[in-house]
Amino acid sequence: MIWITGLLVVVMLLAALAVIFFNNHVAAVAAASVVSLALSVLFLLLKAPDVAMTEAAVGAGLSSLILALALRRLGLTQTGAASATDEREKNR
Amino acid sequence: MRNLTSPLFAAGLAFFLLVVVAEFEPGAAPMVVGQAILQEAPETTGTANIVTAVVLGYRGIDTLGEIAILFTASLVAGLVLERRGGKRQAQAPAGNVLRISTQLLFPLMLVIGFYIILHGHLTPGGGFQGGVILAAAFFLPLLARPGIQVRHFGLAVTEGLAGSAFIVIGLIALFQGGAFLQPLFGTGSPGQLLSAGSLPILYLVLGLKVGAELAGLLAHLVYEGSET
Repeated sequence: MIWITGLLVVVMLLAALAVIFFNNHVAAVAAASVVSLALSVLFLLLKAPDVAMTEAAVGAGLSSLILALALRRLGLTQTGAASATDEREKNR
Repeated sequence: MRNLTSPLFAAGLAFFLLVVVAEFEPGAAPMVVGQAILQEAPETTGTANIVTAVVLGYRGIDTLGEIAILFTASLVAGLVLERRGGKRQAQAPAGNVLRISTQLLFPLMLVIGFYIILHGHLTPGGGFQGGVILAAAFFLPLLARPGIQVRHFGLAVTEGLAGSAFIVIGLIALFQGGAFLQPLFGTGSPGQLLSAGSLPILYLVLGLKVGAELAGLLAHLVYEGSET
């Protein structure tokens, strides 16, 4: 039990540091989602399944989705589809 | 100056956290209200899930405030995102994996979302969690078929009807001689699907509202100023 908790905390710390140090914005959003996912497992271990479900649905799922969509609107993504649209917009 | 503020802020935050840790004794806190609710909730509200009893039965007006905050946030986001002309972003077509897995996942996510909403008074979960899952389910087709038309009018009607139904149920409780948002229709036997009086209806309404709101917000984010 204590080892699982410790592992989760270490994963959360590493992912939180990765958010700061990643240069790729999409990777930073994914790392922030990993923090929320590990936190939701931690909530589950602390016997708070309602909070864990909210954290997994909102923190890991929806908020990272909103962040990723905002990145796309701002043109900060480096994935294939979005950069293709950007180039199309430039050529126009 | 700016170099000074961030260490100051960090030091202050660390100080307050240390104070909290020094004062806080886990398990030994005098949880008078918590103990009373744990003893009393199954008989008075008839829910098997105590969290639902607190969220909708004892603190219903807090939940109303939460959905009001969510409504305001999505309203402002819709207003800001709507302003940038009517041109739609050109999007690359989705891949095979995304399109086919969307067709597989969409009904499953609908079922799971409604299950979590309707069993909110029995098992962990409820309106907010199920509503988010419903919003994600309705967002998947937008990703899979980028040209699809979003019916914002239908979403807005669902959201408005659900929100007013929440308040109307509260007002009915008020006019029947109780408090605003007091649980209605008796308790039933705890553990059954049809129990806990009006709390499952409130959670269903809440889930529909949250789902419609978040789906509208995500659709606004995907499309550049799509028409209503």
